[in-house]
Amino acid sequence: MKENNKTYWKGLEQLTNDPEFVKNADREFPEHLPSSNGENGGPSRRDFLKLMGFSLAAASLAACEAPVRKAIPYVNKPVDINPSIPNYYASTFAFGGDYASIVVKTREGRPIKIDGNELSPINGKGVSAIVEASVLSLYDKERLAAPYVNGEKSDWATLDAQVKSKLAAAGSVKIITNTILSPSTEKALSQFAETIGGAEVITYDPVSSYGITKAAETSYGAAVLPTYKFDQAKVIVSFGADFLGTWISPIEFARQYAKGRKISKEKPEMSRHFQFESNLSLTGSNADYRTPIKASVSGLAVLSLYNALAKKAGAASFNAAAVEVAHLDKAANELWANRGASIVVSGSNDPNVQIVINAINDLLGNNGVTVDFSTPSFFRKGDDAKMNQFVADLNAGRVGGVLFFNCNPVYDFAKGAELAAGIAKAKVSIATNSTMDETASAVQLVAPDNHFLESWNDFNPRKGEYSLAQPTISPLFDTRQAQESLLVWAGSESNYYDFLQENWNSTIFASQSELSDFQQFWDQSLFNGVYSDNSEPTSISGVADASAAAAAISRTYKADNAATELVIYTKIGIGNGTFANNPWLQEMSDPISKATWDNYLTVSQKWANENGLKMFEGATQKAKLTIGDKSIIVPVLVQPGQAIGTVGLALGYGRTKAGRVANGVGVNAYELLDSSKGFVNFDITEGVSIELTSDKYKIAQTQTHQTYMGRDFVVQESILPEYKEDAFAGRYQPKIYKEGEFVKPSKISLWKGHQYSQHHWGLAIDMNSCIGCGACTVACQVENNVAVVGKQEVLNRREMAWIRIDRYYSSDAEVGDNDGLEIASENPEVVFQPMMCQHCNNAPCETVCPVAATTHSSEGLNQMTYNRCIGTRYCANNCPYKVRRFNWFKYHDNKDFSTVNVAQNDDLGKMVLNPDVTVRSRGVIEKCSMCVQRIQAGKLTAKREARKVQDGEITTACATACPTDAIVFGDMNDTGSKIYATLKIQEETLSATKEVNEERAYHVLEEVNVNPNVWYFTKIRNKDKSEA
Amino acid sequence: MSIKRSLLSVPLRLSTLAMVFFLMLGAQAFGANPDVSDSEEAIAAGKSVFNANCKSCHKLDQKYTGPALRGVTDRRSIEWAKSFIKNSQAVIASGDPQANAIYKEFGNLAMPAHEFLSDTELESLLSYIEYGDKEAAVAEGGGEGSTEQTAGGSGVPNEYLTIILAVLVVVLLLILIVLGLIISVLTKYLNNQNLEEDDKEFINQKFDVKKILRSDAFVIIITALVIALVAKTAIDGLYSVGVQQGYQPKQPIAFSHQLHAGQYEIQCQYCHTGVEIGKSANIPSANICMNCHTHIQNVGGKEGVSSEIQKIYNAVDNNQPIEWVRIHNLPDLAYFNHSQHVAVGGIECQTCHGPIEEMEVVYQHSSLTMGWCIDCHRQTDINAVGNEYYDKLVQLHSDSKNSLKVKDIGGLECAKCHY
Repeated sequence: MKENNKTYWKGLEQLTNDPEFVKNADREFPEHLPSSNGENGGPSRRDFLKLMGFSLAAASLAACEAPVRKAIPYVNKPVDINPSIPNYYASTFAFGGDYASIVVKTREGRPIKIDGNELSPINGKGVSAIVEASVLSLYDKERLAAPYVNGEKSDWATLDAQVKSKLAAAGSVKIITNTILSPSTEKALSQFAETIGGAEVITYDPVSSYGITKAAETSYGAAVLPTYKFDQAKVIVSFGADFLGTWISPIEFARQYAKGRKISKEKPEMSRHFQFESNLSLTGSNADYRTPIKASVSGLAVLSLYNALAKKAGAASFNAAAVEVAHLDKAANELWANRGASIVVSGSNDPNVQIVINAINDLLGNNGVTVDFSTPSFFRKGDDAKMNQFVADLNAGRVGGVLFFNCNPVYDFAKGAELAAGIAKAKVSIATNSTMDETASAVQLVAPDNHFLESWNDFNPRKGEYSLAQPTISPLFDTRQAQESLLVWAGSESNYYDFLQENWNSTIFASQSELSDFQQFWDQSLFNGVYSDNSEPTSISGVADASAAAAAISRTYKADNAATELVIYTKIGIGNGTFANNPWLQEMSDPISKATWDNYLTVSQKWANENGLKMFEGATQKAKLTIGDKSIIVPVLVQPGQAIGTVGLALGYGRTKAGRVANGVGVNAYELLDSSKGFVNFDITEGVSIELTSDKYKIAQTQTHQTYMGRDFVVQESILPEYKEDAFAGRYQPKIYKEGEFVKPSKISLWKGHQYSQHHWGLAIDMNSCIGCGACTVACQVENNVAVVGKQEVLNRREMAWIRIDRYYSSDAEVGDNDGLEIASENPEVVFQPMMCQHCNNAPCETVCPVAATTHSSEGLNQMTYNRCIGTRYCANNCPYKVRRFNWFKYHDNKDFSTVNVAQNDDLGKMVLNPDVTVRSRGVIEKCSMCVQRIQAGKLTAKREARKVQDGEITTACATACPTDAIVFGDMNDTGSKIYATLKIQEETLSATKEVNEERAYHVLEEVNVNPNVWYFTKIRNKDKSEA
Repeated sequence: MSIKRSLLSVPLRLSTLAMVFFLMLGAQAFGANPDVSDSEEAIAAGKSVFNANCKSCHKLDQKYTGPALRGVTDRRSIEWAKSFIKNSQAVIASGDPQANAIYKEFGNLAMPAHEFLSDTELESLLSYIEYGDKEAAVAEGGGEGSTEQTAGGSGVPNEYLTIILAVLVVVLLLILIVLGLIISVLTKYLNNQNLEEDDKEFINQKFDVKKILRSDAFVIIITALVIALVAKTAIDGLYSVGVQQGYQPKQPIAFSHQLHAGQYEIQCQYCHTGVEIGKSANIPSANICMNCHTHIQNVGGKEGVSSEIQKIYNAVDNNQPIEWVRIHNLPDLAYFNHSQHVAVGGIECQTCHGPIEEMEVVYQHSSLTMGWCIDCHRQTDINAVGNEYYDKLVQLHSDSKNSLKVKDIGGLECAKCHY
């Protein structure tokens, strides 16, 4: 067995062994306890409490009369709704081109949880953090409750009359929208456009993929996105495309990617992934070979890859400046060796780069296999050039009327400020936005749309794939679905539901022959949520000709750009900023930086050293970022893996009119985007200057909070060639000396050990599949009513997350070798490890609780009883995994937390709470319960039906949400279960100690023999031996 | 007689009786219309039709909201019966004298139409009416007797206890008097003897109450007793905080469980629809009330609309839900699921809710404290028969000489109720 000799560190402080860090690392609660000792000579808080104690007790006893509570049944109970029994409806999440087919769980008619729709060929059961969190936006009390006319609350009749009369007199009308995936909406839009005399529909996307569609148009004659199939690629090369995190359809890609990354002894094969990028993205952190490159080089790197491949193919190569990019030749060789089973993608929005990418995939024969333009996807339809033209027209007074159809370009378009100034020049401006956001507050008439969970709709995300959205609740406010507004304004009598059905009847139903009855067809499609029409792929002609593009790239990209470059990216939590007002997403720690509630300039360690910035546990300085005539003040975050000479800044922050949660959080990076080249450019390579100011700032990171007290071998990893030789590669197998021999730690115990006669619940987590996306963390928050605590409390290290994704950077250097460590930190390898309560069978927390508030169940669960807990926190202190969280405050019904913890403070927000889970109060510890409410519900269903629990019918929220199936939940006593097979449990036993045959499976901190019920699988990277 | 009715007791009781009942049916041919089938399937099918549609107003052998039904096929033709069941108003309107007579006899109370019943269903219904549940009444009495005996099996009834106590007190008093008399006689006798002064003094010494009152021992004992009493009262008081046993609030409608569940024997889950499928048993929605109260507008055969029933109509007309006062309030920190106890555990409603069928106004019968829950979990056997879920547990437990109780399978663990 070869031991892993890497050093893992969670932050630069840990790496450099900063004394302050070491001091804090030893303490669970680094901050001072909130007690005052009466320095002013007056009585302290504790004295006051002592004095008040008796009288309070006396007063509360006197007031013990129980309040009268009402039980109010329905007047007329709907047949399908039974109190306490959830209903599930298939629907669809789609905002702009961000798409997921979903299943909505409702309780007593309230949607409370969103899961992926297993039947969906696109996202399957997987979801993203944003999709999970979107249910909370339904209960946002800042959604508009009525139509607005000139900033005043109005009614629909007035608004409709105004819209009709004003539009009739407006002249040239433009309709601005984000990508619309819905064929019926497009039809309604065009019907509306026709009735007002031919309005033009202009589509843009906040995070544009115009480069790809434009390139596809040039190469193949159709402005569409291809369908990517990462699962069929043995070699994946990505130039800055964060396809696992934020690029186009990340849930789908993550799902595909994980299929190619799952390995076992029977199938020790996995895809190899090269990433060339400037910022350390989620995708880059999963790559086998990651090369940080400057944005100014990226085009040339693509070109030199083309040239290398062209040389092998015997095709003509293009003139290009030579660039030195590590691993590029290796990538070329491997791509060539896997022709037709590889994929090359780029996140660039430059059409020229994308044309070369097309040419590369043509050269490799990937076109039609892994990059399929014959089955086009429609996730992005935005046309940057048209949108630029529109802004120019608007400001020139050439636009008479404008309708913003559920989009917010004032905030999220590069020329937002210009656009805002121009809106007043139009005779009539209308928005259908559902909040008074940056755009809605600039227009005359606002016709607020329903929330998507209140709406009917259809979607066509890909050729041949359809899905439906159905309302899961009646509209909460006096809003009207935007499509219905269009129909009304077009003078149609029909409502949108009828319109939708009619459209399906005449198109999709008419083109199929399986079912002859439309109602049956409709019901079936609605029940499934998705429908595939198995249509023939369109034929595409031509092979991409990249000569013109190559010439353009040679002109615009430089191999030796000395200037600082700004690469603008999107974070997986906040995305393009549409959902910025969602506290669950704001508090979700970014997978890479582990920061919450902020965006920041990511800089390399080298830059920090040169500029004298020392970042310590989130404490940093602000910098002045200047691009041309625009400048903003933004905090700086030192980010290992950041390409030297580049800095990164995330979109989606700096909202001014999003609502109470997001307003004023971070800075707006949209206004820094460059659209001078005809497309929205996210890479600013010229005119960027950064000047560190003396302003101190604290970024609320969860990064260095929970440490393992210097104990290593938490992360166990290896590389594929070694795994092939020895399946135990990378495993740390501690042995303990006992009576003349070395034995496994589990053979030595003070305890007799539990026996689990019925169930033995456990989790198996494959670190090879886990991409760190964080969907599980939000799913857990929704399912278990986990409180949001706000930025200050995160700074105080009091975040409440039950499951966190630990992110470890690794380095090959020795611990003592500080210079070596510093070099490694420029491009570290990254490991993600989901960490939740390990449900130890020899639980250290259980033995120290003075009131037995945490106990072990007969099914292997470590139970936490809130009403018994008195808050000594001994358990948290004794937990080797630091997964127990303490309620320092009453986060519910507390005005101090009302703007961050909205799900537990106002009446509307509370509707999202899971009624089966207690909302915890101040002074108690809480932690992962392995979704015991779901276990209990599943068991009860089985008992009622007088049968055994079937594997898979009970699952935890995290496992359900995971798009890559990295988390497997199940009963380890059930020989037929997936977890039993995954772990290859040696023999059927009722004992809590299960011996497993799976070589990769290990317990974190096995040597302390707390015997967890959570197993991890070693991470295997597909690297060659010489380079590991 | 208290009639225990619950989800499981009825089918259980009936299944044990069914054998006897059908055996008797075979032997005893009575004067029913020979066209009515007496097959077991027909009767069973008819019973479910009867329970679903007729039971709230009709009994087989007893006059009720509607007439006693048995023998209807003798009194009327089968065709008449069928058409009357399907749509009685139509038959009445057609001027049928028999129909009109019965309509008048029952206070012009219209029977709802049952057009949805198929001919087969109607025939099996008639089979049930003629042959079904003949001995039910007799057997029910017997069955109830036996359950009551087991319920009260531990000893002597309360009133006897009082009498015995009183007798004992009287006997004690008599003994005291006799003892007093003996003492005075003995004192007199001793005084008449020639005794020494010391002995005389001893014999005639006075009982000094003051001395005892002032003694340390007495003061300490009394103080301790007072402290103990105060402590006990305080602790009892604290334990009763939040315990609402006996809580009997006034409800917005004077709904009587005694009438509905007791007298009319409407099954609990007819109204409390969630009890076998979900966490909450469900307070019935107004539309469930209206299933019967569309037709039943008053009680006790009175004319017009009762003011209480009018409240249901108001609720429905104004689409304004009835705001019942919740009686059983578990704290939010405890999770309780009805279906676990009723559908899986086979617990009778009365076990926790008390004699609901005797309550004019419902009150909280049990304390609903955690101690009360736990006690039951300690004592109650698992209802594992025929439930595959428990097979493994039963098998593992088979060596034990005690029966498999809730506590044996984790029923005392925190996270069974607290999460």
